[in-house]
Amino acid sequence: MSDKFVVGYDGSVAARRALEFAVARAKAQGGTIVLAHVLEWSPYSFLTPTELEERHKRRREEMARAETAVLAPVVAEVTDSGVPVESVIRYGNIADILGKIATEKGAVQIVVGREGYSALEARIFGSVAGTLVQTAPVPCTIVP
Amino acid sequence: MNKNTFSAALAAAGLALAAVPALAQEQAGSLDDRVNQVFADSTGWFVSLIFSNFPGTSFPWIVAWLVVGATVFTLYFGFIQFRAVGHSIALVKGDYSDPDDAGEVSHFQALATALSGTVGLGNIAGVAVAVSIGGPGATFWMILAGLMGMASKFTECTLGVKYRNEYPDGRVSGGPMYYLSKGFAERGLPGGKILAVLFSIFCILGALGGGNMFQANQAHQQITGVVGEYPGWITGLIFAGLVFAVIVGGIRSIARVTEKVVPFMGLLYVGTALIIIAMNYHLIGWAFGQIFAGAFTGLGVAGGMVGALIQGFKRAAFSNEAGVGSAAIAHSAVKTKEPITEGFVSLLEPFIDTVVVCTMTALVIIITQQLVTDPETGLYLLNEAGNGVKTVGDTSGVGLTSAAFGSAIGWFPFVLAIAVVLFAFSTMITWSYYGLKAWTYLFGEGDAKELVFKVIFCVFVVIGAAAQLGPVIDFSDAAIFAMAVVNIIGLYFLMPIVRRELDSYMSRLRSGEIMKFK
Repeated sequence: MSDKFVVGYDGSVAARRALEFAVARAKAQGGTIVLAHVLEWSPYSFLTPTELEERHKRRREEMARAETAVLAPVVAEVTDSGVPVESVIRYGNIADILGKIATEKGAVQIVVGREGYSALEARIFGSVAGTLVQTAPVPCTIVP
Repeated sequence: MNKNTFSAALAAAGLALAAVPALAQEQAGSLDDRVNQVFADSTGWFVSLIFSNFPGTSFPWIVAWLVVGATVFTLYFGFIQFRAVGHSIALVKGDYSDPDDAGEVSHFQALATALSGTVGLGNIAGVAVAVSIGGPGATFWMILAGLMGMASKFTECTLGVKYRNEYPDGRVSGGPMYYLSKGFAERGLPGGKILAVLFSIFCILGALGGGNMFQANQAHQQITGVVGEYPGWITGLIFAGLVFAVIVGGIRSIARVTEKVVPFMGLLYVGTALIIIAMNYHLIGWAFGQIFAGAFTGLGVAGGMVGALIQGFKRAAFSNEAGVGSAAIAHSAVKTKEPITEGFVSLLEPFIDTVVVCTMTALVIIITQQLVTDPETGLYLLNEAGNGVKTVGDTSGVGLTSAAFGSAIGWFPFVLAIAVVLFAFSTMITWSYYGLKAWTYLFGEGDAKELVFKVIFCVFVVIGAAAQLGPVIDFSDAAIFAMAVVNIIGLYFLMPIVRRELDSYMSRLRSGEIMKFK
């Protein structure tokens, strides 16, 4: 069975580095890529009534934009490089959802990039990479 | 016309024009009075109709209408508000939410938004009014009314979701006007459309009044209480500008800040109340003793037991809006396959609003002993006017609550003033939406039509803050209660539909067909 690599991808430069790293590994081992795009979302946030009314519409728009603008170009690119790839779009806490996707897909590894915050910034704003290291159900590679 | 007469006419016109402002200034006071008078004369019948008493009593029929409604729903659904609380909390926590629906409106979000429209001045000022007129016993009846009101909310919010509109572009909205028209049509009953139109008219008036002018007016009074007197139109313009930026300009950041600060303020309010109660823990037993004794004997309060009962019921209804139909609008956008789940969630609303928050206010006022008793008889003394209990600083309304908190924590009145202003703002934003939905039901959707309502809404913010429009505010309170007249008639006819939903859901829940995801 081929090894699956879950890559957290949000279109940023750091995510791009993580993807390149994962594609190289997948190619070497004959593995595949799961491109995961997670939109930060909490069901316990507060919305105005107008936001409630438009939520379903906005969600549809956000998913369509993520699909066409963020994922589609890189999916094509990775496919062209000869590595099989599938993509997933989810809502939730980023680190939490990446872990869930890895479990669901039976992945061997999660690969994410990091922005290079200082320890203080990470403490204040939270860091996906840091949280992932603590919570990931499979080995986790953080690409600087 | 020759040249001379022409110039003479011009001069006369000029004189007349110059005289107009002076005249207007002279008559400004009386002009305001006249506007008030005309308004009061033309709407007074409506106000007195809604708030009129049963013949020979001082019991307003509208209060009985809400309480009878709540009692009917409580019995019809077999005390659903006590049976389902555990399941309601599990739903709010998201235990039954499909993870694939992440990013859609959660039960928690619908509840939080609906609460932001109800938690506010009713919980702070209204309770103080109830306790200062009806004595501590009013608290007992207020809690009882809150518990009964949970069944009304359950009924209306289930229907709100069941008959909502899901538009092709993905927007989701609903409310009484839609369940009245669609639900009546589905059951083959006549008159649904008429009720829906009536509801919409009252909803627009209620939104402009109780949901807007009253809020702006009270917020201005709070601000002047802290910083000193200044003209109300200044507060009005600032508020109107902020409301305009949110509802017309779509500046979400302002709304988002409010929506985040308001729950925090609510928690701070309840937390502070709990601290004050804990500081006086030895008086807790006594306070509840006063509440129970006062509920049945009146403890010397004007109007006795009936007076306490009316005040408690009335303020609870004002505060939690159960049966009014407004919350059904906010709750209807939730993502769920089962409309009844939103009913379960919404019944927590009167509980939080009335049974928790209102009771905190009442306990703080009683425990800090703001109400003056006769040391010999233990009965409450009446104030000079004879229409309420004498208070330590002769305060009432927000002032009484403020004095009660201030007597224990000196700086809290300032926090309270900020909280009142924020509550008022978030209530305005929520009610502007309720009004808009009623408006589009009557006049149809479209940017231009919606803009007309939004601008009218902002104008009323300024009017509400600037003027002492007693009759206008009476009228708008009456309009909010008129919503309840129409809504509860509809609920009586539509409650079998809710019953069917409930039975089907409960049997599937028991058989394990509906399962937790967590």
